[in-house]
Amino acid sequence: MHKANVPMAWRRFKSKYNLVGTKCTKCNSSFYPPRLICPKCRREGKIEEFEFKGTGKIVSYTIIRSGPDGFEKQTPYPIAIVELDEGARVTGQIVDYVDSDLAIGKKVAPVFRKVYESGKEGIIHYGIKFRPEN
Amino acid sequence: MAERVAVIGVGLTKFGELWTKGIRDLAIEAGAKAMEDANMNSKDIDAMYVGNMSAGRFAGQEHLNALIADQIGLTIPSTRVEGACASGSLAVREGMFSILAGQHDIVLVGGAEKMSDVSTAHATTGLMGAADEEWEGFHGLTFPGLYALMAKKHMHDFRTTREQLASPAIKNHHNATMNPIAQFSFEITTEKVINATMVADPLTLLDCSPISDGAAAIILARESVARKYTDTPVFIDGTGLSTDALALHDRRTLTALDAAVRASKRAYEMAGVTAKDIQVAEVHDCFTIAEIMAIEDLGFFKKGEGGKATMDGETQIGGKVSVNTSGGLKGAGHPVGATGIKQAAEIVMQLRGDIGKRQVSGAEVGLTHNVGGSGATAVVNIFKR
Amino acid sequence: MEKTGIVGYGAYVPKLRIKAETIAEVWGQDAGRIINGLGITEKAVPNKDEDTTTIAVQIGKNALLRAGINPKDIGAVYVGSESHPYAVKPTSTIVAEALSVGTDYTAADTEFACKAGSAAIQMVMGLAGSGMIKFGLAIGADTAQGAPGDPLEYSAAAGGAGFIVGKDKKQFIATLNDTFSYSTDTPDFWRRPKADYPSHGGRFTGGPAYVRHVFGATNGLMDKTGTTIKDYDYVVFHMPNGKFPLAMAKKLDVPKEKLMPGFVVDKIGNTYSGCSLLGLAATLDCAKPGDKILITSYGSGAGSDSFSITVNDLIDKKRNLAPTTEDYIKDKQYITYPTYAKYRGKIV
Repeated sequence: MHKANVPMAWRRFKSKYNLVGTKCTKCNSSFYPPRLICPKCRREGKIEEFEFKGTGKIVSYTIIRSGPDGFEKQTPYPIAIVELDEGARVTGQIVDYVDSDLAIGKKVAPVFRKVYESGKEGIIHYGIKFRPEN
Repeated sequence: MAERVAVIGVGLTKFGELWTKGIRDLAIEAGAKAMEDANMNSKDIDAMYVGNMSAGRFAGQEHLNALIADQIGLTIPSTRVEGACASGSLAVREGMFSILAGQHDIVLVGGAEKMSDVSTAHATTGLMGAADEEWEGFHGLTFPGLYALMAKKHMHDFRTTREQLASPAIKNHHNATMNPIAQFSFEITTEKVINATMVADPLTLLDCSPISDGAAAIILARESVARKYTDTPVFIDGTGLSTDALALHDRRTLTALDAAVRASKRAYEMAGVTAKDIQVAEVHDCFTIAEIMAIEDLGFFKKGEGGKATMDGETQIGGKVSVNTSGGLKGAGHPVGATGIKQAAEIVMQLRGDIGKRQVSGAEVGLTHNVGGSGATAVVNIFKR
Repeated sequence: MEKTGIVGYGAYVPKLRIKAETIAEVWGQDAGRIINGLGITEKAVPNKDEDTTTIAVQIGKNALLRAGINPKDIGAVYVGSESHPYAVKPTSTIVAEALSVGTDYTAADTEFACKAGSAAIQMVMGLAGSGMIKFGLAIGADTAQGAPGDPLEYSAAAGGAGFIVGKDKKQFIATLNDTFSYSTDTPDFWRRPKADYPSHGGRFTGGPAYVRHVFGATNGLMDKTGTTIKDYDYVVFHMPNGKFPLAMAKKLDVPKEKLMPGFVVDKIGNTYSGCSLLGLAATLDCAKPGDKILITSYGSGAGSDSFSITVNDLIDKKRNLAPTTEDYIKDKQYITYPTYAKYRGKIV
């Protein structure tokens, strides 16, 4: 199963454990997930590593009731597209919420959580989720 | 355009959970039917294009280009094309271009998918290969989830109601009752859609297209050759393809598929028509919200008004534009790689005027809208009689 | 060796709680008697996506917020726990990666029942004091489990605290004056490999275990430093339940008001390796410059680590740079027993 692929997970730890993306210093656009080429400036762009604060607001959300491999026992879980304060948008689960927190425009902050396990004997995958901010 | 490419034959298998048939059985059946429809023998075929998304994952079988050619008894050039759920329409384009490039006269374009051999969780995971695995799939996002994110935003921004959201499914199930190959041949109601099992809020099971097996094939021919085989050739006069970010969060908007807007502009331009000229369209309704956005993106209705238009019956057979007369992905089924070809076959039959009960009378211009992933690939093809 | 001090500290308690009466109802036990007997009304439970690693990461982030140092200057990361998510593969490197510590650091996971965290503090004191590292991060964190129906089920909880230790006095929130340990081979509580839940010696966990070691280490520290209970403004004893630390306070003539600021067990349960450390963090949250704190941990198996700590002026500037222990204790959401059983892997 692809989700058990250790090197594939490992090479992204830096950007999965913290919101480490990139920024084009020419046009000031920031990217998360990291982009290696600025889609605006292309060859003229200058890409540097950039860490997002991680605070932002919910652009849209849903509650997954039927999960894929590795998530079957986690359902139901809310998942949102979050617009980070610095501009980029990111997908992540919403945790430690009450139902009224699930709303477009709701402010959220990042938390480090377990995302899924590659079975009982595989590695544990950690990443950034979001909790509602009051 | 110097020369036109015509569709001279179509072939479809039944769509559904076809327990006795594997992917090669399905592909051969569709190919044979298309040749029969075109009144030709396999020796007339110069080349093949096969659309398939995920036989490797769903059946452990790659290398379909050679497998299918061999099973038909051919050793001609054969190419597999992949663009997730838009694989079929991509194959149509490639087949068309190979003729326009002067390489071939007659090309068989097929698409097939066998999905019911794996568990639902595994199929869900497999389909997520069409989205961004590292940054979406990683978090437990699913395809219904992706379209639910779009639906939620569409409802928020345009006040699209739950009832409006359900309306494409109801229309498409109705149309499917008139389509012998359709996976579902029963009517559903708004109440049934809304009260069905929730899959990803706000989408219920009846907002989603099913997991299906099936295959479809069409035969393309150079205009000068086409008339040798048929008196009713249907021409592909326009095609547009555009791509976008794989991940939904990387797109400009959640309430339109920009790739589809760009693909349709290109296709309209090439065919010399506008949205107003389209009488019949097969659009990619993998979820109810997808049809609502599609009829907006294609310019049939203003952005935000797709739900209302559907509920008001403007897209039913004989409406302002007849959408998904086949039953769409929702009613007819969605064997991923076959879908784009099935859409083309439906429009060809509509324009030939031989489709039976669901015929749109006087149809002369039709369109297919086929989407890969959550909108990262969009292909729009325009057909004229 | 030079004196070391706390330059940053952080706490974390998961948001979910289960009430003692909710557990008692499932097992047909008398909630009133349980609450009275254990002195615990509710306990903190990890969410389905929380484990010792995620708890330790949040603790580390909070400690860094208060320390205000470059994480790359941390030369040692130790995470103490009896619920490390991997049997083999360190929690500490995941925590260090998430805290952007870089690669120039040493790390290990420690395990000593409920005192794995205080042992880690001693390790970083030694490394920082000797000049081997500039700063060391020591965390005690757990997602402890008791067998269904066992008295431990009422107390075994999730949470923890951590401390960044350095030796530049100007950076000290609190000075670590001295430490003293008392250890013996006493099997009062244990868990064998592949066993889901720990076993314990029942009443044997009292006198020969908790009492003997906490008493021994505390007295040893006071002897070593020439201090008495009167010299301390606050005292923290490991809190396996709400009764043992109170009994120890009585035995050592500690007035209740000195114990209460760090007495968190009644509201969140015993967070094992995080327990006495959370008590220390909660005490620092309300201590004034010049206050002296005595803390004694206890780990079954068995041992106690005692520390003498003096609070410095910096505390007033640093305290509010991260959520306090009380902030976390107050932010709670109750769950039912079936949800608890599901999240804790008792039914799946």
